Amino acid sequence: MSRDERAEKMPERRRFLIGVVKGIGAAAVGGLVWNGFLDGKKAYPFVLRPPGAVTEEKFLAKCTKCGICVEACPYKALILARPGDERPVGTPYFAMRENPCRMCKDIPCAAACPTGALDLSLVSGKDEQGRTKPDINLARIGLAVIDRETCVAYWGIQCDACYRSCPVMDKAIKVEYLRNERTGKHALLAPIVHSEHCTGCGMCERACVTEKASIFVLPRHIAMGESSARYIKGWDSSDEQRMGELPEETKTITPRSQKNPLDYLNQGGF
Amino acid sequence: MRDMRKYKYMVLRRSSQVSLLFLFIAGNILGWNALRGNLSASIILGKIPLTDPFALLQIFATGNMISAEALEGALIVTVLFGLVCGRAFCSWVCPLNMVTDLANRLREKMKLDAENRNPFLSRKARYWVIGISLVLSFATGVAAFEWISPISMFHRGVIFGMGVGWTAVLAIFLFDLLIARNGFCGHLCPLGGFYSLITRFSLVRVRHYKEKCTQCMKCTDICPERQALPMVGKTSSMVVSGECTNCARCIEVCDDDAMRFGIRYVS
Ligand code: SF4
Ligand code: SF4
Ligand code: SF4
Ligand code: SF4
Repeated sequence: MSRDERAEKMPERRRFLIGVVKGIGAAAVGGLVWNGFLDGKKAYPFVLRPPGAVTEEKFLAKCTKCGICVEACPYKALILARPGDERPVGTPYFAMRENPCRMCKDIPCAAACPTGALDLSLVSGKDEQGRTKPDINLARIGLAVIDRETCVAYWGIQCDACYRSCPVMDKAIKVEYLRNERTGKHALLAPIVHSEHCTGCGMCERACVTEKASIFVLPRHIAMGESSARYIKGWDSSDEQRMGELPEETKTITPRSQKNPLDYLNQGGF
Repeated sequence: MRDMRKYKYMVLRRSSQVSLLFLFIAGNILGWNALRGNLSASIILGKIPLTDPFALLQIFATGNMISAEALEGALIVTVLFGLVCGRAFCSWVCPLNMVTDLANRLREKMKLDAENRNPFLSRKARYWVIGISLVLSFATGVAAFEWISPISMFHRGVIFGMGVGWTAVLAIFLFDLLIARNGFCGHLCPLGGFYSLITRFSLVRVRHYKEKCTQCMKCTDICPERQALPMVGKTSSMVVSGECTNCARCIEVCDDDAMRFGIRYVS
């Protein structure tokens, strides 16, 4: 029997099975390539999302890339990421130096989102009568960070551009009088950002007078550290409740750690 | 001279595609309220939400819930196409259809189609792509097809800025022109496949009249989903396949009036 004849004689069921196996093979190869592509696209940590955005992981799942938030912004501050923008494609983001968030009172972007990727309730508080209403001061788009080496105020030159541009003025940025060690007789008027008030709106980043902004907004998870429950502000009673978060047992055990640390003087351990 | 009526549906389809696109663009640039958003999700007149049901399915596969508004929007779209218009999304709404139609036209003109077969690509491939989309959405936590969809890339690009997104559109164009006839829309596109699945029982259908048919087979030649026309010259019946896009090309091309739109269960 020649090869062709054999192929012709191949039972229908066998041919079907081979077809299925080929299909699964093609699907697996395609799926793997596709998966690799998705992994690469997800890995942009430096994205500043609109006010009211849920956590980035959930946001990436929920946002349908419809651009309704972008259209809702009266200042056209939001950009819907184009391929090549180095942001997850089709999702909304800010480029603060060009066009920051103006902190609209009614937060139209978050109110317009049809999917819940932007959740107005995350940026809503209560008014005097106890009614829920949008409060843009609750937005946490990111956190402004100052490069003290290029900020001219830290050189001793008088500049308060960021301080004056900040919509949460004198709370999110405060100016502190520091001694100018170089001249020995002048003051530095140093801007300092306070994370409990900064919304990450980016007005300061746009206002900064240096060639490349010396104050700029970063996503909070990148800009901020996190102290463990091993370090408690003993002078702050509200901080003490964090002590409960400490794990019961100390994990590292050495001969020294087994002795009572409170008793080292009397017992001459050291 | 060829009768202008031969192009009636073509003109209607292009007007529908172009004017929808125009309304979306005007929504973004001029602030018109008729249609806001894009094909992934949109709002008509600030009131009626529309959501791409396949995108929603992928979001569900990631394990996330979605707002009631988006659900309502998906329901409206599903009922509209699934029960009424059939797979008309593809030939009356989808902007990529203009690109693939153009590729198809050129392919005919340049006689690249001598063989007219795609032996390496199955018409069923799109259903596999749907499966992979859902599995990958589950595995990666993002709506997998939405992240690579050349349809959204194109549509979003025209409205909100294209970036390098045109490369995806060019790729589809070349694929359809040089590699496979109706390669994307007729074989691979999972959105088209999704609409094929949900429009099995839709009302608006093309109907074939055997007694008028002279068996010239122009209709099966022009049909982008020719497997949907097995009855031509054999029996008088409705096109029942969900893969038919209701583009009406068969109706236009038929010189013997043997193809017409009809309503299922009625005419
Ligand atoms: S709060 Fe206002 S300015 Fe800021 S992104 Fe939203 S709509 Fe635009
Ligand atoms: S409105 Fe919501 S779903 Fe649409 S692009 Fe903006 S964040 Fe995404
Ligand atoms: S980003 Fe800058 S301007 Fe905006 S609140 Fe924070 S410090 Fe103020
Ligand atoms: S098959 Fe896909 S690309 Fe083609 S017209 Fe339909 S939705 Fe658009």
